[in-house]
Amino acid sequence: MPIPLTLQFINLLAALLLLVAFAMLTQRRILSLINLFALQGAVLALSTFVVAYSTGQHHLYYSAGLTLLLKVLLLPWLLHRLIQRLNVRWDVETLINIPTTMLVGIALVIFSFNLAAPITQLAEGLTRGLIGIALASVLLSLLMMLTRRKAVSQVVAFLSLENGLFFAATSATQGMPLVVELGIALDVLVATFIFGIFFFQIRETFDSLDITHMEKLKDD
Amino acid sequence: MIDLQLMVLLLTPLLGGGLLAVFGSRRWAAELNSLMSFATFLAAVVLTVRVVESGPQVAFNEQFFIDQFNVFLVALTAFVAFTTSLFSRPYMRIEQHHGKLSVGMLHLYYSMYQLFTFAMLVALTTNNMGIVWVAMEAATLTTVLLVSLYRTPASLEAAWKYFILCGVGIALALFGTILLYFAAERVLGEGGSALLWTHLNQVKGDLEPTVLKLAFIFLLVGYGTKVGLVPLHSWLPDAHAEGPTPVSAVLSGLLLNVALCAVVRSKVLVDGSLESHFAGNLMMGFGLLSVVVAAFSLFRQKDIKRMFAYSSIEHMGLITFAFGMGGPVATFAGMLHMTVHSLTKSAIFFAVGHAAQKTGTQLMENIRGLLQVSPTVGWGLMLGTFAILGMPPFGVFASEFLIITTAMHEYPWSTPILLIALGAAFAAIFGKVQPIVFGETTAKPLPHPPALIPVFAHLLLVLMLGLYMPPYLADWYRQAAALLG
Repeated sequence: MPIPLTLQFINLLAALLLLVAFAMLTQRRILSLINLFALQGAVLALSTFVVAYSTGQHHLYYSAGLTLLLKVLLLPWLLHRLIQRLNVRWDVETLINIPTTMLVGIALVIFSFNLAAPITQLAEGLTRGLIGIALASVLLSLLMMLTRRKAVSQVVAFLSLENGLFFAATSATQGMPLVVELGIALDVLVATFIFGIFFFQIRETFDSLDITHMEKLKDD
Repeated sequence: MIDLQLMVLLLTPLLGGGLLAVFGSRRWAAELNSLMSFATFLAAVVLTVRVVESGPQVAFNEQFFIDQFNVFLVALTAFVAFTTSLFSRPYMRIEQHHGKLSVGMLHLYYSMYQLFTFAMLVALTTNNMGIVWVAMEAATLTTVLLVSLYRTPASLEAAWKYFILCGVGIALALFGTILLYFAAERVLGEGGSALLWTHLNQVKGDLEPTVLKLAFIFLLVGYGTKVGLVPLHSWLPDAHAEGPTPVSAVLSGLLLNVALCAVVRSKVLVDGSLESHFAGNLMMGFGLLSVVVAAFSLFRQKDIKRMFAYSSIEHMGLITFAFGMGGPVATFAGMLHMTVHSLTKSAIFFAVGHAAQKTGTQLMENIRGLLQVSPTVGWGLMLGTFAILGMPPFGVFASEFLIITTAMHEYPWSTPILLIALGAAFAAIFGKVQPIVFGETTAKPLPHPPALIPVFAHLLLVLMLGLYMPPYLADWYRQAAALLG
């Protein structure tokens, strides 16, 4: 049976999503990192739109629009303004060097595909096989959070993690109920504002956004 | 009727948050805060009586669901939120007097306090597993800025850690929720009803076991981060030690319970689907590990609030273990332990807060002779410590006794581990609190009257629960335990 064109397209977008996640993992310039995040948001919005079109789920059009508005336009704009005002450009050193991070990333992708295999076998609908990719991009963002030193890159990683989750929700289940999605979007937005407040507080207190200053609280 | 009662319960703290966002810098903001919390408490009492008398209820087009299990947490949350607001009125004034807090910070504190209560109550009463997630995340967001309220380097670090760790944790819980929806959609069809707990509970036997297994792992790790289960607990001692004391009290006494409630709800579904004890076993494992690690970490603590934060990890571990064992007795004991732990731990934090305020330090070696400085604070701390250590006749003894005897009966191998850990916790905490209360000091008596009515009110309740459990309450908890199976 030939694979329908829409499904091929969604598969392509899924691959792109994963690729962007890898690109973010290796990117050290904060400006490019934010641009990549916006790109990932765009891929997500497009794939949501295609799923909406091919399954006839009207509420997914709203989520696609919401993603576009929030993750491609509003959040990157806010982050751009923040880094301008804070004057940070580079994430000086990652905690592990980049080739090693890449290797760990590849291992994570293999792991996620294995983990998702039983679910993929159950899949019957249009796009249900994609949950492995969604899980992989979630874990890659998690890895990025762990290996970064600057508060801003950690936050971009956090937001990109949310992107992976949204992809899981739209591709695996044709979207969560709208009220849940709206709630999640609101939480993400509020979280970003709080992160912004934090950046200023952290910089005021430590004179930098390097989170290695914040390793004082230990038990001993 | 139930719609109206629930609406009052939820809208009161929301309205309070709005009012205090506007009037939070006025002189009477603290009184308004207490008043709104009192109104919320009254609404919770009305709702509780209703549910206990006429059984589980759904409201607002099935979007909310209240049964004997979550209504006890609603009542507990509203009560402790109210007493904490009473405590925080003089406490925060003194902090302001000491120059630690500005009017603007207090403004933030009051409005976020109400919104935090609102988020917890929504997380408890909603029937929608997706909304549980949204409300839990909202509860984190409202408290993050409260943890960093003092804006010291340490408090900023603690808040950042709390934000990042709980953010990641709860993101994993969202993945678990998505998997749950994936499994449910195949049975219940697409749309809103596939995330409603009551519907899921009816069809749990038909849900795909492999997917639910995976979903539960994500849900447990996710919400478990918030419960403070080892090894996901590292945010908890920092946030409790560096945040203002009323926030430590509500985090420890309330938020951890709310997160655990979400885990328990998931467990019911997963064990129903697998027809095995998979979820229960996982919870028992995590719970036991938390009890042991926390108990032995207690010895190393120098900061008094940090030490009691570790004690919270220990008790949450014990409760998780109890719910993991399942069955009517263990579940009953778990609920009772949640109740007495919340009451006792918040009382302890109140007393500790005043002691730290008086001496200007949280380091235990610098706090001595509380009985000479302020007998009420000293006795409050001592009695609270007795209670939390499970000394009879306090209620903690009763619940711990029930948990351990059930464990002895069902899982005998776990009993020595529990007993050793509890013994270690006893030695650690008692050894450190004793000189703080009874030691010699040259400090002068407190210049201000401490707000200790909440401390003794809580301890009295805990004492009462240890001596005599009213049949009404026992019956109510028994029904809840039966519902959870």
